[in-house]
Amino acid sequence: MRMSKLVRTGADLLFPFVLIFGLYIILHGHLTPGGGFQGGAVVATGAALVIIAWSYEEAGEKITKFAMKLQESLGLLLFIGTAAIAIGLGLAFFYNFLANSGLIFGLPVPFGPNPGELDTAGVIPIMNIAVGIEVWGGLTIILLYLLSGLKKEEVS
Amino acid sequence: MRKVLIILIFGILTAGLLTIPVMLEFGSPKMSDMDNYFIVNGQEQTAANNICTAIVFDYRGFDTLGESTVLFTAVVGVGLMFRRLFRGEEHENE
Repeated sequence: MRMSKLVRTGADLLFPFVLIFGLYIILHGHLTPGGGFQGGAVVATGAALVIIAWSYEEAGEKITKFAMKLQESLGLLLFIGTAAIAIGLGLAFFYNFLANSGLIFGLPVPFGPNPGELDTAGVIPIMNIAVGIEVWGGLTIILLYLLSGLKKEEVS
Repeated sequence: MRKVLIILIFGILTAGLLTIPVMLEFGSPKMSDMDNYFIVNGQEQTAANNICTAIVFDYRGFDTLGESTVLFTAVVGVGLMFRRLFRGEEHENE
């Protein structure tokens, strides 16, 4: 059962902005307050908005359970994989091997207050993205499961 | 009887909760060594301006791994719980 046209249009209008804000929180996790978990929760809220406004039957075709499940598993695998690469290099698990290295996300940071550079902090942005993807998928799949159960209850 | 029991348990819990701030002074025992280490060395070692994120994702990475595992377990639990509803039906990609 979908909501009125006003709600649906509002949800469609707001969804890109919620998405951009969530991705901003995820990508700037090492510079500003926030991080992967918070940004992922924001993006999942946007997905929840769309799923509630358009019913599960209609929104479930765009935001599929399979995609969200894949996203969650890939996020967790990327997180553990990034942490495990350090073992392959002969360092400790979760060692920040990219910081100050000059590779991707490898610029050094001066001590003290500074405006900050996006291309810093080593593996922290990668792990932020991984956790963001995972939380996004995880919270959305929980909502999809609950709403699909509601639909089955109504029919029977 | 039941009301008395509830009030008793509530009183004991409240007393236990209040004992801690009365007996311990605020901010003691001091853990300033670790705090100072993060503040002095965090920016240089992790190259991240946000010290909170540096601690969560770098120094205490196992915490975040556990947090992710908790979320994954929650999703698996919800999936298992709702699987009963779909018994005997064909569902693609599930």
